[in-house]
Amino acid sequence: MILELEHIDKDYGTPSVPVPVLHDINLSLEKGEYLAIMGPSGSGKSTLMNILGYLDVPTRGVYRFDGEDNTRANDSKMAMVRNQKIGFVFQSFHLLPRRRAWENVALPLMYAGVSRRERKKRAIEALNRMGLADRVDFYPSQLSGGQCQRVAIARAIVTNPLMLLADEPTGALDSKSGQQIMDIFDELHAQGMTIVMITHEQAIADRAERILYIYDGYLKGGERA
Amino acid sequence: MWENIREAFDGIRSHKLRSALTMLGIIIGIASIITISSTIMGTNEQIKQNLIGAGNNTVEVVLYQGDYPFDASYQSLPDYVPMLDRSIKNEIEAIPEVVVSSLYYKRDGYGMVWNGATGMTQGTIYGVDDSFLSVYGYQIRAGRGFVDEDFSEYRKVALIDRTASETLFLGESPIGKTIEISGEPYTVVGEFTQSNAFRPTITSLEDYYTYADQSGGKVLIPAETWSVLFKFDMPYSLVARATSTDAMTQAGKSVADFLNSLFRADSPEVKYKSQDLLEQAKQLQELSTATNRQLIWVAGISLLVGGIGVMNIMLVSVTERTPEIGLKKALGAKRRKISMQFLTEAGVLTCFGGILGVLVGIGLAYVVSRVSGVPIFISGGIIVLTVVFSFVIGLFFGAVPAFQAALLNPIDALRRE
Repeated sequence: MILELEHIDKDYGTPSVPVPVLHDINLSLEKGEYLAIMGPSGSGKSTLMNILGYLDVPTRGVYRFDGEDNTRANDSKMAMVRNQKIGFVFQSFHLLPRRRAWENVALPLMYAGVSRRERKKRAIEALNRMGLADRVDFYPSQLSGGQCQRVAIARAIVTNPLMLLADEPTGALDSKSGQQIMDIFDELHAQGMTIVMITHEQAIADRAERILYIYDGYLKGGERA
Repeated sequence: MWENIREAFDGIRSHKLRSALTMLGIIIGIASIITISSTIMGTNEQIKQNLIGAGNNTVEVVLYQGDYPFDASYQSLPDYVPMLDRSIKNEIEAIPEVVVSSLYYKRDGYGMVWNGATGMTQGTIYGVDDSFLSVYGYQIRAGRGFVDEDFSEYRKVALIDRTASETLFLGESPIGKTIEISGEPYTVVGEFTQSNAFRPTITSLEDYYTYADQSGGKVLIPAETWSVLFKFDMPYSLVARATSTDAMTQAGKSVADFLNSLFRADSPEVKYKSQDLLEQAKQLQELSTATNRQLIWVAGISLLVGGIGVMNIMLVSVTERTPEIGLKKALGAKRRKISMQFLTEAGVLTCFGGILGVLVGIGLAYVVSRVSGVPIFISGGIIVLTVVFSFVIGLFFGAVPAFQAALLNPIDALRRE
């Protein structure tokens, strides 16, 4: 079990006037699983994603990841978990515009304290895996949307994380590029990567081996049968 | 760290105009400090050089009564003051800080020196020994200097300097002519000038009074004939050349102490004191420094304003780069890392502003020097100090935006597009 959520609640608003967003979420995930979470906008799927990625802290409940309970750890500890164990892929890529492709990919390695030479070597390897060997020195503005997302995936896997979190990874792409990205996810999954993907497209979700639906903050079928 | 500095330069380069305007306050502040401090130190150096003369480290030891030089024209010397004679010079010159020395009489020559109907209004008359010229570094320009016979035979001969010569003889050669000193005829045998031309820079009325004594004419006669002119016992003054400018104070003290030790009284009211030009220079310098120090505060206010400008721009920059900050946090950047990035940017910005300010300040100091005649005096120390100071301003005023950035919530930061 790589990941376990127990009775997770998340409220927004003030303590006196709480606005509940997630209700009693229970979820467990095996290592190497490929999970898609579907739900309409406002259902709380992004909030769930943020909690899974240690970007947000649940109001109540326990989140165990890789055998550790860091639910309410300090900023520094959470930053370390994000850096070493989780790779993020965002809908809008979030590449730094003034950095070359390899420099974008190398960014998480910098926070891990890897030497500059080693960073470049590993960044180029990751870009090679994404089929971007000839785009190493390009700036994001010189790349297509699909290429940008592949750079972003390279950045997510360069630290050899335990889990990939993807938030609408094809949302900003045309269908052909979207297909390419999904193929890459399949390939990573085949190599043993644990993947959690958020999407609202059924066709995309169908590529995962397990689909969960979230409505109004309630997750259906999270616990293993 | 290098990555931070690189990003800081990236940020500055991508907003050139904005960065330049932000730096303006720092540039103006630092430039003012450089200019003012150059003026202060230049003025001080000028005062020192004016008073001490160019490389002629002479210090005069004069008999004082209380705070004023002893005036022998209306009172006789107290009997505990020993009469000095030339044998004393050997002992004076045995003092380590003293190179050579000379005994002399001196009095104001106002209305006393005449060439026919042409009088000398400003000037000084000296009764000197044979080493006077060499101690002061005076050189004979025309005619001859004093010879042994001038002293031993009580000859009524005189040496005059260039100023006195021009006043009395209006450009004609004075050699061999007769002048009247206090009613006695003296033959001018030579004209002398200072070997290191001493030209005080006079930029104010105060300067004029300070140097009037030194810029007036000088008339030298053998000390042996002094009593022919002035019918009272005058105490000798003594001038010594010190081994270096810095040794002047000590040399003057040692000579005065030695002379006072010869007195036949324990705590005499009348005693020898050195006219310490270095000390006088210090007093004048303190005065001018105190005046100019006020200006430093004004420059400091402009630095403060500049610092607030930096803080303002850094806050804007944090807002603009919120998504970038969010991304970096998601990728594992700790708070310290984020705050360091913005602190570095503020530091680099102000440091750069400080360097530009130093350059502008040097230019301004040059202009001030051209206009007022005060020499430029910019030390490496003040340059390093101001650049470091502007860097510190950047860190200080960059702190609030940097911590604001560090405390940003990564989700909020990522959501904003």
